[in-house]
This record gives sequence, C-alpha cells and structure tokens, in this order.
Amino acid sequence: MSKKARLAPAQRARRRFLASLALTAGVAGASLLGYLPVTSGRLEQRLRPPGALCEDDFLAACIKCGQCVQVCPVEAIELSDLDDGFGVGVPHIQARDQACDFSCDGLQCVLACPTGALIHEIAFPSQVDMGVARVVAPARCLAVQGKGVEGTARGPDFKGRLRYAEIDRWHPQPVAEHPYDLELCDLCVRQCPVEIGIAECAREDEKRRESLGRVAQRQPGECPPRHAIGLRTLEGGDGVKRMQPVILDGCVGCGVCEMICPAEPSVIVIDSEESRRSSRGMRA
Amino acid sequence: MSRVIESLRVLFGGAPRRVDKKDMPVDVRELHRQKAGDKERIAALRAELAHKAEHPPPEKKRRLRWAVLISVNLLFVLSYYFDIQLLEGALTASRFAGFHLADLNSALQVMFAFKHVVINLLIGTTTVFIMWWLMGGRSFCSWVCPYHLLAEWTEMLHLELRARGLAWDIQFDRRARTWLWLLFAALALATGYTVYETLSPTGILSRALIYGPGVALIWVALLLLFEIFFSRRAWCRYACPIGLTYGIVGAMSPFTVHYSLPNCFHEGECRKVCLVPHVLDTVIKGRAAAMDVDIGADCTRCLRCVDVCPTGALSIQYKGLGDLLVNESGSRTCQ
Repeated sequence: MSKKARLAPAQRARRRFLASLALTAGVAGASLLGYLPVTSGRLEQRLRPPGALCEDDFLAACIKCGQCVQVCPVEAIELSDLDDGFGVGVPHIQARDQACDFSCDGLQCVLACPTGALIHEIAFPSQVDMGVARVVAPARCLAVQGKGVEGTARGPDFKGRLRYAEIDRWHPQPVAEHPYDLELCDLCVRQCPVEIGIAECAREDEKRRESLGRVAQRQPGECPPRHAIGLRTLEGGDGVKRMQPVILDGCVGCGVCEMICPAEPSVIVIDSEESRRSSRGMRA
Repeated sequence: MSRVIESLRVLFGGAPRRVDKKDMPVDVRELHRQKAGDKERIAALRAELAHKAEHPPPEKKRRLRWAVLISVNLLFVLSYYFDIQLLEGALTASRFAGFHLADLNSALQVMFAFKHVVINLLIGTTTVFIMWWLMGGRSFCSWVCPYHLLAEWTEMLHLELRARGLAWDIQFDRRARTWLWLLFAALALATGYTVYETLSPTGILSRALIYGPGVALIWVALLLLFEIFFSRRAWCRYACPIGLTYGIVGAMSPFTVHYSLPNCFHEGECRKVCLVPHVLDTVIKGRAAAMDVDIGADCTRCLRCVDVCPTGALSIQYKGLGDLLVNESGSRTCQ
C-alpha cells in the first residue's frame, strides 16, 4: 500500500479512535436494520408454532436454536432467514406446504423450547392459539360447487404429510400416497385435527361406557371442548348437493385445512394476525 | 487477584500494563539483563527458525483444534440428520443427551429482551458457564465457533495478500468490542428484541450448517471479505460480544497458557501467529515482570503459540485452586 506522509502519534491515535467509533456505529446500525421487517407488520402474518407468545414477546424470548424444528414429526417448522430482520432464526410454519397436524400429540415443539417462547403451560392441541382459518374464496370450493374428490388431494408431487391414524398412528403418511374417493369434498372437516380429536374422544367414551359403565377421567383440554369447522348445506334449488365449510370457534389455526384443500389456491387460509398481536401463547 | 483484574482490563480493551524495570524482582531484572548474553544459543535459534520458515512443520495442535471444532459442529448436523438426538439444537441453545445448554451471550440477549427467565434457560446457562470457566479464556472461540474457523482460513489469504501489498490491516481500538457488548445489551433491554442475534455470524453459521443455507450467509461473507482486504481478524478482535462474554467467564479459569521467562529468547514467533497478540505483550524483550506469567483472558487457548515456540517457553497449565491464589511473584497473597 502506498504510504501517505507519516502521521504524528496523537493524530494516529485520533484516527484509530474515530475508525473504531465508525466500526461500532456501523455494526450496531447494521443490526438495527433488523427493525424494518418488524415494523412493516409482515411478521405478524407469519404462522408460528403452537404455544408461540404474541409476536413481540416471541421475538424477544426465542433463542433461535431450532430445537422445535428438530422434534416436529411432520417437519412443519422452518426457521426464518435474514429478510425477517430481528426474526432471523425464528421458527414459522408454511401451512399450505406442511401444516402442523399435531401428529406428536404432546406438542413436542413446546416441550423442546428452552426459553418458554413457546409457552410451557400448554399441553393439548385444543389449547393452541396459532390463528384462525378463514374461508376466503367460497366460489372455488369443491363442496360449494357440489364436486367430490377422486384421487390425491394435492397431486402426486405434493410433499406434505399427515397423520392418517387409521393407517399408522405413529408415522405420518405422505398426502400424495393417500388417495380419496369422496362424492362431495369434505377434506377440510375430515382432516381437521380438532374434529378428529372430538370424534376420537367420543369413540373412547362410548367404548368405556359399554365395557365399564362409566366415562374416562380426563384433564381439562385433553378433549377439544368446541368444534373447529363444519359444513353448512347450501340451498341451490337445482337438486345438486352443495355444502360450504364454516369455521367455528374451536379452530386453533393449525393450518391442516389450508394444506389439504384441493382447490388451487386454497379456499381456506389461516389468518394469524390477531393471535400474533395479542396471544398469550394459548387460549384462555 | 491483581492478575485477574489486569487480565480483565486488557480484555476490555486496555493496553497491557508495563512494569518498570526497577519494580521487577531482582532475579527477573537480572535475567532480563543477561538475556542477550548467550550469543551462541541465539544464533542457533535464528538458524533453526530460518530452517523452519522454509520447511514449516505441521502445526499439530492446530490440526487437533480444527478436528475438535469440526467434530462439534458436525455432531449438531449429524444428530439432526440421522435423528440420533445426541446434540439437538444449534450453538445458540441445545440439548446434549437431553441436558440443556445455552450460549451465554444468546441467553443474555434473551434475558435482557424478554426480561423473564425460565428454569430450562437457567440450567443451560449455568452448565455452559461452568464448562467454559473450566476451559478458560475464550476457548469457545477457537475450539467451537464455526466463524472462527472460516476466519482462520481467510486469514491465510489475507496474509498472502498483505505480503503482496494487496490488502490493508486497519487496526481498531480494541475497546470497540466492549462498546458493542454494552450497546447490544442496552439495545436488547430497550427494544425488547435480541438485536445482536440478527448479525451474529456464529448463530447464522451454526443454523446454516444444521438447517440449510440462507441469505444470512451474505452478511458472513461480507465480514470475511472485510477481514481479507481491510483488517486482519476484525470481527473476532474488535467486535464479537460473544468472545467478550466468554472471556469474562474464563478470566478466573484454572486452565491457562503459561509463559516461562527463563526459556524465552524473544524471537516473537508466538506474536506473529496470535489472534490477540496483546495478550502476549509479556514475551517482548524486557517486559515480563515475573519468572512465570499466565496469559490473560482474551487468549482463545488456540495453542498456536505453544506449537510455534522454538524454546518451549509457552505451555499449557492446569492449576489447582491453591495456585489460583498465588500472585504473580510466586508468593501466596496474605492479608
């Protein structure tokens, strides 16, 4: 390097000090750019794993280690990249690609979280508050059109997996390997983990009543107390059976309906905004 | 105790204290005076070093260290890839065989931002605190941090370019790291976000290795480019708050690099390879204030100096608790 005229020691020290200030300011300034995606409100659209505190607390509490990613049996959780700013390394779910279907039963991601960013008080899927499903385009809905489903829900190349308990309770199955034959599409209701939970509990209760003459003792929340989604019959007047999905207040926002919907794009999407703004990590 | 305080002062960016000749013990002063006397030995050493420069011997400890660093990071990757659940998570926080571990700086950022500590985080933090206190200095940096390894490799390129006059080495004030540490702590407290994690090359690299690459790697690449062309090892030397956190924890460690004045002939080979040469100021001719000196907390225990020293003046030492209470001149401190 070409040398300029030699500087006096005091001048050199001054330059070094100023350069160091610039370095400090530069690094701190660069890190604060991470604020931009947060203030843009974009992060509040993110679907976070079960138990996630409201967005501000969640970003503060998450230590960005990805242990939740590692334990999820359907690999629904992925970590955000640097374009999420302060949200880099924070987990989120792309429900259309792979929803959280509670295959793990015990909310493994919550158990894995070392900092309580996923609230530890939560124990059952019905307590989850990830968001709420919205029927955004009923006209595209197969059931509204009176159509059924023959074959796979999302095509042969779809990578997503679901728990088909009747096939294998412990190993989630690829959706692409599980064809349907339905006269009228009801996949969003049929695959809803809350609805499956309610039906399962009812079956168990029935069995116990028959064999023991009493129902099982359960912890609060173990059985979903409210329905999440149902089908309302539409009066078309043309003789064709038509139905439309209706979201009920037991919906936890897991995203399975969004994932399984055969229409392209999905008729149902998860709206996480209100949960992201104000959730305490679980339903009251 | 004064050794620890001086070591922390240098860690925070202060210049190493120079002890005046007249304040040194008589035997030390005498040794310094005689040092230049052994002309034959010094000539022989010079010849040996010239030979070494032409035929560099393998740096065995460095290779061992790289192997350890790569193994630790690989264990994270393989543990997830093969689902063996041995070391789950990333360097920011993990579980080893089910037992919580948390990076101290990441944990601090979370505590400052979230203002609430769950028991698992406390367990992880304590475990890691004890672990790195035992290892001493900034041993996390050179033995575990993946950015350190990349920076070590690009440093070779930097030195090559410097030798051809194609790169600068801007020297910053080492206090910048302390300012940044305080700034990031204050930012986490004030904004409620783990601001430092946004830029932490350690976290970014660890996650990229385990969960796949992303655009965050561009930031790491920019840092490396800055180091290659403008300032040798700048991030580790002048900026990284993780290093400072571990330095503070390791300041009182029983594990140190130990300097023995009688064995030293002041060739300065150690300072050439050192990431933090200020910790080796004591090896400069006439500087050592005692026969035996422990190298300070900013030392990353990379052991390159131990490898490179031609006369065995630098060695690894593990002290019992009793030795920790011994002061620099070798006598026990009494009230």
